Amino acid sequence: MDGTFENRWDRLIRPGMVHGSLYSDEEIFREEVEKIWFRTWVYIGHESEVPDINDFVTKTLGPMPVLMVRDRHGEIQLLLNRCPHRGNAVCVQEKGNRARFTCPYHSWTFANSGELINYAFPEGYQGVDKSKLGLGKVTRVERYRGFVFGSMAAEGPTLKEHLGGAIRTIDQLCNNSPTGEVEISAGFLRHRTRANWKFILENECDGYHPAFVHSSIFSVSDSAIGDLYGDKALAVTRAFGNGHTEVDPRPEFRNCDVPMSWFGTTAARLPEYTRQMIETYGDTRAREIMIDGTPHVMIFPNLFIAEIQIFVIQPVSAGESIQHCTAIQFKGAPDINRRLRQQTMGSVGPAGFLLADDTEMYERNQRGLEIREPEYLFLKRGEHRERRDEDGYLIGHSTDDLPSREIWKHYRAIMEAEV
Amino acid sequence: MSTAEKTEGPPDILTEWIGAKKSYRYSEDLLLYHEISQFIYREARLQDPHDYDGWEALWSDDALYWVPANGADTDPESRMSMIYDNRSRLALRVRQLKTGRRHSQTPPSQLARVISNLELLEAKGEEIRVACNVQIFETNLRGDVMWGARNEYHLRRVSGALKIAYKKVVLVNNNKAIWTLSFLL
Repeated sequence: MDGTFENRWDRLIRPGMVHGSLYSDEEIFREEVEKIWFRTWVYIGHESEVPDINDFVTKTLGPMPVLMVRDRHGEIQLLLNRCPHRGNAVCVQEKGNRARFTCPYHSWTFANSGELINYAFPEGYQGVDKSKLGLGKVTRVERYRGFVFGSMAAEGPTLKEHLGGAIRTIDQLCNNSPTGEVEISAGFLRHRTRANWKFILENECDGYHPAFVHSSIFSVSDSAIGDLYGDKALAVTRAFGNGHTEVDPRPEFRNCDVPMSWFGTTAARLPEYTRQMIETYGDTRAREIMIDGTPHVMIFPNLFIAEIQIFVIQPVSAGESIQHCTAIQFKGAPDINRRLRQQTMGSVGPAGFLLADDTEMYERNQRGLEIREPEYLFLKRGEHRERRDEDGYLIGHSTDDLPSREIWKHYRAIMEAEV
Repeated sequence: MSTAEKTEGPPDILTEWIGAKKSYRYSEDLLLYHEISQFIYREARLQDPHDYDGWEALWSDDALYWVPANGADTDPESRMSMIYDNRSRLALRVRQLKTGRRHSQTPPSQLARVISNLELLEAKGEEIRVACNVQIFETNLRGDVMWGARNEYHLRRVSGALKIAYKKVVLVNNNKAIWTLSFLL
């Protein structure tokens, strides 16, 4: 490294350029775990994954497994699956329904709200305060419209403050459900990739790649997605701050003015869904919602709402990640739900028409970093045409690098902050 | 919401992984057994070198190609599957591969698969149901992967020739995070 006195972050993150080591250096990865994954709000799961009392499901917070539990009082708990005695796992089941978790090693038993209920041969523990030996928990838990987030930081912004303008996108998603509620109930496809999590994060709102990476499927199907990411597309990219970014195709859909065209179909082909939407929202509002469709938003650092599916990004190490993906289901809308699942299964997961190729690109990017020159990645596309929308958020053309630049701006702010 | 516990006790991973119990038939019809095994080996022989047209021609017009996730007997009409293709989506899958721009198969995976443990489930009537195991060695730009699966076929005679009406591929690790899988299983 030259320029010994240069600030480390000035060197790694330059205007419109980021250093390759940010994706491959294990030391930086460990720092990210502490400063990003264990500090900021991280998406964990959806309430609908634990609908009943005592339901639980294994989720992750960064590289760490977390038990998302609906405890006996109906509260959502995020428990750490580590026995306070010797570190064993208190649960090796991926999901189920349990009021208690018992460690198999010495039979310590915990309530599903985390408290230690009892241990074997208790006379061996004189004067020990059981109340201090409960399971660890994710420090703060908040939800927004069923989406459960956790933060390991005792203090900091509220979830709503963290989400900021991106709240609109979650509302937009839920409004496409005739009950105003979405469900995550179809189970996840888990796709492992030998690539850094930030290549995935940045790709989600990169509207420059679809025309090339996905040309194979666009050329053999009647998908209209490709048109949203053309050079002449009206769609915009937007940065909400705090690292949240979206591709907003609504200008394109509003121009087209046909309900359900966002989903490649028509209202007439989904008569029951259309009837339910009109019943809930009235003719005018239902029509608006069904024209705008669902969002395409990357909520930093790990929740990607991709129109009809969600992806949860799990970092494993600097060079490895897992994408968890599933179809979004609109509560009480079976006719559209089947199509949501069918389209999702076609597109995503290890064999998906789209994601197999995105993931191939991540892996090639990652391997490319082993080549020494040039050291920096180039993110200046559309710098000259950034502008502010009516709400003051930065927007750019749908094919611009604006989302990446704004992600890196936020990344630097949290990595530089003193813990 | 119910307050009663729905399950207690050890995780029932075996039920999830193995699925419903199958009944196997001892085949005394050696010619039929031979014909079926030759047919399935031929499929493998077409798949390894990515003979997409040859492979597609093996399927019946109403075929279903299913690679479940998170278990063996999940309900594909309510749960996510890795692949759940009707005949037209299977054709789309093949068309995408044939563009030459399916990046995850450009260059194509180098493959060798071994089929074994072939047994008849049902050989009477219209459909012949067969179970077998497969191991596939894959090497590609990322590296080497060993895949293992239990397959089930429903074969049917169409104008004298055997066709695949149904193929289910239960990857042994389908409840784990797996690498990209874009060659033909």
